[in-house]
Parts: sequence; structure tokens; C-alpha cells
Amino acid sequence: MAAAQVVRSEWTKIRSVASTVWTLSLAVVVTIALGMLISALSRSEFDGMSARDRLSFDPTFISFAGMSLGQLAMVVFGVLVVSNEYSTGMIRASLAAVPQRGTFLFGKLAVATALALVVSLATSFAAFFLGQAMLGEHRASLGDDGVLRAVIGGGLYMTLIAVFSMGVATMLRSPMLSLGVLVPFFFLISSILGYVEATKEVGRFLPDQAGSRIMQVVPPVGDDTPYGPWGGLGIMVLWVIAALLGGYVLLKRRDA
Amino acid sequence: MIEAVGLTKRYGDKTAVYNLSFQVRPGAVTGFLGPNGSGKSTTMRMILGLDNPTAGHVTIGGYPYRKLPNAPRQVGALLDAKAVHGGRSARNHLLSLAQLSGIPARRVDEVLGVVGLHDVAGRRSKGFSLGMGQRLGIAAALLGDPQVLLFDEPVNGLDPEGILWVRNLMKALAAEGRTVFVSSHLMSEMALTADHLIVIGRGQLLADMSVKDFISANSADFARVRTPDTEPQQREKLSAAITEAGGHVLPEQDGALRVTGLPLPRISDIAHDADVRLWELSPHQASLEEAYMRMTQGAVDYRSTADQKAGLQQPLPPGAQPPMPVPGQGQPGWYAPPPPQQGGQPSAVPQGAPQAPAGPYAAPGAPAANPYAQPAPQGQAPQAPQAPAAPPAAPPTVPTASDVTKPEDAR
Repeated sequence: MAAAQVVRSEWTKIRSVASTVWTLSLAVVVTIALGMLISALSRSEFDGMSARDRLSFDPTFISFAGMSLGQLAMVVFGVLVVSNEYSTGMIRASLAAVPQRGTFLFGKLAVATALALVVSLATSFAAFFLGQAMLGEHRASLGDDGVLRAVIGGGLYMTLIAVFSMGVATMLRSPMLSLGVLVPFFFLISSILGYVEATKEVGRFLPDQAGSRIMQVVPPVGDDTPYGPWGGLGIMVLWVIAALLGGYVLLKRRDA
Repeated sequence: MIEAVGLTKRYGDKTAVYNLSFQVRPGAVTGFLGPNGSGKSTTMRMILGLDNPTAGHVTIGGYPYRKLPNAPRQVGALLDAKAVHGGRSARNHLLSLAQLSGIPARRVDEVLGVVGLHDVAGRRSKGFSLGMGQRLGIAAALLGDPQVLLFDEPVNGLDPEGILWVRNLMKALAAEGRTVFVSSHLMSEMALTADHLIVIGRGQLLADMSVKDFISANSADFARVRTPDTEPQQREKLSAAITEAGGHVLPEQDGALRVTGLPLPRISDIAHDADVRLWELSPHQASLEEAYMRMTQGAVDYRSTADQKAGLQQPLPPGAQPPMPVPGQGQPGWYAPPPPQQGGQPSAVPQGAPQAPAGPYAAPGAPAANPYAQPAPQGQAPQAPQAPAAPPAAPPTVPTASDVTKPEDAR
């Protein structure tokens, strides 16, 4: 009853601010366009590649190359959906209307997650098909082994990035602080850890590295990742659950 | 009915609200007064279950807010007019709140009409003036047609027409038997709107009484007597005679005398007997604003100091007078006319202080009642608190009500 009211209200909220359209369409455009660009470049470089590189050539994964940048727009979407309430002070009116804070939070997250999922899946499929079109004769097809899993997984990955950001924003409340933590986290820390052998093991368990495993169809030669595609996504889901629980506990306890 | 018992809120080692107990009854407008930072908003947030009290509890209709069945239909609140997403239209803002409370969408258009925002309903609230924002906040409070209404500083930023509208709205809501709890730091506004007052300072209860009682307990009546400036000895003579007759005399800076404890006709007789001419003999009443400030002056958190303008001051052109000090909180004792029963206590008031601002908070459109035109209260000792008529419940009779509190003359 109350949950349905929250969902209806949150849908009104989310569709009536411009930031929703901007962040989501940026995520779509960046992911697809960058994926197409990298795919086109890879196609022209394929002939000059070493045999080893050709062996691990993964056309599916290449078409998702734009996600490294597109996910940042999803981060911004996730952060703004939650922290808008705090930065405007509307959270007080919302929590006065729905004193059950858990119902309020999860209703809000459900609406934002559903929207993110629809957009992410559409983006993932579009990025795949358009990327493959750019790859020409090196393309993969949806019927190939593991490809459909990778494409759907790409959509799930983007969605989980957004949900993780929502959880972090619920904990931190301030949009600046949340973005200041999340953007370097996804953009810098994760890749820096990957450069050094010693920290690589740790970096693998970060949400974005573990989660992006599901988009790989052809693993790199000599790959020793200790988890499979779904295992990686599972690790990411654990991160998301942790962020949401943290946000829920804090919201429940804290003064609004 | 809102009931607070021993309400206490601490943030770290700062106590925002301490041991506050009060009741807000239905069918009346209850004013919640206190200086900035005295804990008004914190108390309101605790009433709404947004902040958890450190100690004590507050209930609405017997339930703590978070356990109240169907809370948004029973309680409506305006906490902060700016608490709106600027990119969302007024209508969508209210629609999201209505849906959250299970209120049908047509109610949104109703309240938009009530607050007069239907013409801008589709516009982003980013472009709203403070007054329009207040109206939007009031609309949100009215959405659920609640029996209990809380308004935190509802008249901030409103134009005179808007202030009058809010005042009448509050009274109308109370007249329908609802509980209306309005915070403000403007005593003059509350004296016109409220039936009952709860005054806090530094988070503690200072007064909990009806406006009528507050007025009669705090309005210090006095007479201003002016003898010819040209003959200072007449002034001395009159002072002595009045003191002898049992009155209290307080010299004012410009040479006038402030007399308490004697009715006006008696002062006139004394002057006649002493063979002293009078240039002025006028009845005055200290404003409620002053009484309120006297009550809270020990509890003001943010007090201004005199601006020294070190090194910035231009040399005065020859012949120019140095500016008069601005009356205000930087000068303790400026607002502190003696309370009625201790008339004549030394609280010398710099006469150069300008008139108390009567404008912004006085009733809009109300003709400024001329205090000098009032007949002297015949046969009535000015010391006896002459309780002026409490603000009438009927909304449009503002001019009458404004007489009560318009700070006629700060001294």
C-alpha cells in the first residue's frame, strides 16, 4: 500500500527533473558512440596484431569499450536520484509523508533501478549491434557461445553501477561528496591497482573489475582470474548490497 | 493536539532544546516564538519524527509521529520553503508529495488555487520568489486537509498582501477546529495571528500563555510629559512634585519625562498645582515586541556588536553630526523599558534612537493609528495593564488589531 504510493511518487519525481534525461542519455550516447569508435579502430588494426592478440581478440567486449566512460554518467544518475532529496531539503517533506524510512528508500531505489535497467539493457544491445557493425568481418553474432550472456550482462553491469552509486549517495547524502568519492574510485583507483602486479589481486575484487568480467566472451590468454563471469557479477552484487545496507542503516538511525 | 513532555535535543555538547514541555490545543493558533537558533525548527522536526529527541517525547493526538496512522492525512507541515527541487514544476512537486501520501491528484490543483499559484503551476520552482516559495510550501502543508498544521516561519519573504493572507488562513484553519502551530521570530506578527504563545530561548521554555495574558502582563503603560525646553527649572519642579505624589519619573534624553504610576489626569493636576506649563502629555504603551525582546534578551545567541569601521571611516564634513547609534542588540538596555510593576527602574533610554520600525510587520493597509489621538484613559491608572482587545477572530478587522501591537512608540 505505502510501497505503491512511494513508487508512484518516485516515478513522478524522477521523470519531472531534467537531470534524469541528461544523465541517462549521456550514458547511452557515450557508451554507444565510444564503443563504435573503438570497434572501428580495432577492425583496422586487426591485420597488424600479433597472433597472441588475435587469439584473445574479443569482438563482444570491444563493442562495450564505451562503458568505461558511460558508466560515469550512470554514477551521476544514481547519485543525483538520491542526493537531490538531501541537497534540496525535500527529504524532510518526503519522510514526513512516509515515516517508514525503509519503505521510502527501497521504493525510491526500485523506481530508479527499474529505469536504469531498461536504459542499460537497451544501451547494451545497441552498443553490441552497432559495435559489431563497425567490426565488419571480425564481428561476433548474438547466437555465438556466451555472447547473449555478455550483452545482457553488460546491461546488468551498468544497472548495478547505478544502484551502487545510489547506496553510496544514501550514506553520504551530499552530491559533491558522493561524486568525489565514486568518480575517482571507478575512474582511477580501480585502474591504478590493475597496473601493479601486487595490487592487481585486490583490484580484481573491486565492483567494476569483477562485474565487467561478465562482458568478456574470449578471456585473454593466460587469464588467471579466480572467478567466472557470473561469479564476478556476484562479487559486484555483494558490493551493491553492502552499499544499500549501509545507506539503509544510516537513514534509519540518522536525523533527517 | 500536540503534546511535548521534557523534550530535549543535544547535538554533541550543544543543547538545542532542553526539557521543553508544552501543549498545542486544537481550535486555536499557537505562536511559537524565539530568537534565531533558539530551537524552534529543531522542535518542529522532532514533532514530525524527523529528528529523534535525546530525551523526552512528543506526540500528536497521543501517538508519536512515526507511529501515527495515516500521518500525512493528519498532519501537514511547512518546514522550509526552499526545500524544493528547483528543476521541478510546482505542480509536479505537489503531485509527488500527494502521491506519496495517497492523496488524489485533483487535490493538487485545489491547493494550487488556494495559495494562488495556479498560473505558475507548470513553471520550474527555481524561478520562484521567496514569497511564491512560501506559498508552495503552504500548499504542500494543506494537501492532506490535515487536522494538525505546522508552519515554520510562514511569512518570511511574503509581501504585505501575502502576510495578511497567511494570517487569515491560519485563523480560518483554527476556526475550523484544527490545531495550528506557527513559529516566528516576530512578536508583532504573532500578536496579530496567534491566540496562544509559546516562547522559547536557548531551547528552554520562557512563556506559555495566551496572547491576552501576555499583553496584559507585559505592556508597560507610561505617560510622556514634556515641559518647556526653555525653562529647565520647571522640569525639576514637576519631577519633584510627581515623585512626591507617588509616581516614578524617568528622564528621557531629549528632555521629556517618562512617568509611570500615575493616571494622566492626575499628572495634569499636579502640573497645574505646581504651576508648570506642559508642552506634551501623552499616553504610551510599550510594544509587545519590546516585552518579547526583554524576555528573550538573555537568550539571544547571535548578538551584533557595534561596527567600528576601523580605518574605513571617512572624515565627517564640517558641521555634520555623527550618526546616531542604531538601536539594536548591540546596545544592551536599549529595549528594556521597565516592566510594569517596577516602574521607574533606571533603564535610561537614549532618546536619539529612531522610532521603532512600525512598517514591515504592521498590518498591511492598516491606517497607522495615531497614539496621540487616543483619549487619555479617564480615571484609569496607567499602571494597571490596560489589556487591549485581543485580536478579533474575524479576519478582516485588521486595523483594530494592529492598534494592539503596532510599536506605537518604542519608548
